[in-house]
Amino acid sequence: MQSEAAIPVLSVRDLTVEFVTRRGTLRALDRVSFDVARGEVLGVVGESGAGKSVTGSAIIGLIDPPGRIAGGEVVLSGERIDNLPDEAMRKVRGRRIGMIFQDPLTSLNPLYRISEQLIETIRVHTDLSAAQARARAIALLDEVGIPAPERRIDSYPHEFSGGMRQRVVIALALCAEPDFIIADEPTTALDVSVQAQIIALIKRLCKERGTSVMLVTHDMGVIAETADRVAVMYAGRVAEIGPVRDVVKAPLHPYAKGLMGAIPSLEGEAKRLVQIPGTMPRLSAIPPGCAFNPRCAQVFARCHVEQPELIAVGDRRVACHLYDMPQSLHDASHGKPEIAA
Amino acid sequence: MLAYILRSLMQGLVVMLAVAFIAFSMFRFVGDPVVNMLGQEATLQDRAELTERLGLNDPVPLQFARFVGDAAQGDFGISYRQGRKVSSLILERLPATVELAVLSAIFAFVLGVALGVYAAIRRDGWIANLVMSLSLIGVSLPTFLIGIGLIYIFAVELRWLPSFGRGDTVALGWWTTGLLTASGLKSLIMPVLTLGFLQLTLIMRLVRSEMLEVMRADFIRFARARGIPERRIEFRHALRNTLIPVITIAGVQLGGVIAFAIVTETVFQWPGLGALFVNAVQFVDVPVMSAYLLFVAFVFVLTSLIVDLIYVALDPRLRSGNPAMAK
Repeated sequence: MQSEAAIPVLSVRDLTVEFVTRRGTLRALDRVSFDVARGEVLGVVGESGAGKSVTGSAIIGLIDPPGRIAGGEVVLSGERIDNLPDEAMRKVRGRRIGMIFQDPLTSLNPLYRISEQLIETIRVHTDLSAAQARARAIALLDEVGIPAPERRIDSYPHEFSGGMRQRVVIALALCAEPDFIIADEPTTALDVSVQAQIIALIKRLCKERGTSVMLVTHDMGVIAETADRVAVMYAGRVAEIGPVRDVVKAPLHPYAKGLMGAIPSLEGEAKRLVQIPGTMPRLSAIPPGCAFNPRCAQVFARCHVEQPELIAVGDRRVACHLYDMPQSLHDASHGKPEIAA
Repeated sequence: MLAYILRSLMQGLVVMLAVAFIAFSMFRFVGDPVVNMLGQEATLQDRAELTERLGLNDPVPLQFARFVGDAAQGDFGISYRQGRKVSSLILERLPATVELAVLSAIFAFVLGVALGVYAAIRRDGWIANLVMSLSLIGVSLPTFLIGIGLIYIFAVELRWLPSFGRGDTVALGWWTTGLLTASGLKSLIMPVLTLGFLQLTLIMRLVRSEMLEVMRADFIRFARARGIPERRIEFRHALRNTLIPVITIAGVQLGGVIAFAIVTETVFQWPGLGALFVNAVQFVDVPVMSAYLLFVAFVFVLTSLIVDLIYVALDPRLRSGNPAMAK
């Protein structure tokens, strides 16, 4: 039924990650599901600790012990990868899934030249000779906007500025032309003036190559500008996922509404920024029912007992009981749920 | 980079001068050199003559300058007890100590790094745990006990190895070596194990903890995310980063091995500098003691200089002339 193009590059189903600690098992991801289509940029937003980075680590198979994937599956271009043996998974990393980390200052090995790190990565994944790999590395550096790449390639990481290092990191992630890139807060550690350049670079490169991106960030501006779709995460669960226009302009989930309300806007009259009261629960103390219920303005009885599943509302899916209420159960005091603003 | 080396050299020079001052002071505070040389029954005139001849009436700074000048040319005076030049006594004993110490250092460093890396990679394996437990014993056992234990097992009970001395040596010019004869090599085994064991365990534990630390670094994670094989990550990316702090500490420790082989040399009747020093202390032979003090300082300064150079070779951040970039 599905054509070749319609198979998502990445499909995550009910992904659950647990950390076994002395004080019990903490669930960092709870049945997270989403797809990323070919060439699509999926933004993943949420507060610190919402599970954004863990999702990226789980997909690429780099969850550090005592964490482990406790359930669900990760399917890359139709092939399940979460249960691959170590060696097979290593070949997926870099070759089919690339990853860009947050801090370019610490992502590069300080003791090796850029050329050594690039050529090493290229040769691990291809049959190129050292000379060919070097030529390719220079071409890559040129592509990510490093000036005079044939000269700069033999520099050490500390000889580059932060923004330039992040370009090198991007070149390293793209070395073997992966189909899918996980960018974990790629601009958080950079100067504001450089952030836009790096985002534009990632966007351009992935568009040219048809690479799909999972862009993890807590910068809504970056999401609005870059992503095609956005997933809002809260306490290890997906709260809402859908096209970026809809979710940013007219969020459904009360948490997503809060998140969007907290973004300052320069256009229009100066509105008061809306804060979400309280803080996200710790993993060890997630309330029963909907994890957001202590902070939700529209909370009602069902939210305390039943965990909401993702349900389709138009083009998007949202995990909130407000959109799944049989008429008979309507709580009169809250009135009809407002679906769009 | 040149400035870096020059600064290391200057620091070494200052250390040497400070130690030279202490060594110089020993002559004045540890007994009276005139009495030591002439004995109790000398006449007052003899004493006055010798005092004048030794230059002991000159101002102290001048005496110190003369002492430093002589020492720099390898002249440490005459041994009170043996009546021979201290420099030739030291040269005679030097090969035995150097061979013992260098072999111990190599043994400790090579095996220490190998076992440390193994213990870090196979962190939860039973062999790694066994090695770690044994290393704890190594850290806490005193050196002489290891030496005596080895002598008991391999010399007394099994009769495989000689319990004392260097065995037969071959003279290469003024240098005598025990490395070219079977008995010389056999004689080296136990002293080398004894002297190197403590350093081995310290280096091993240090390598293990540093390596575990490095394996948590972002660039290791990023290397994994690029699909670099695990062996390559461990031995190429992690090991070199591990060795930088290890070499600093190991260098100072190995300097200590060369300098303080005293206990091991005493246990094995090793005819080296340590034994010379122990004898000198017994007979208050101040010229030998002060020369030994200078030798120890020199070894430390030299090893730390070599460590600095290795440091530069390993860490490109130092080569670009800004040491502040290195963390």
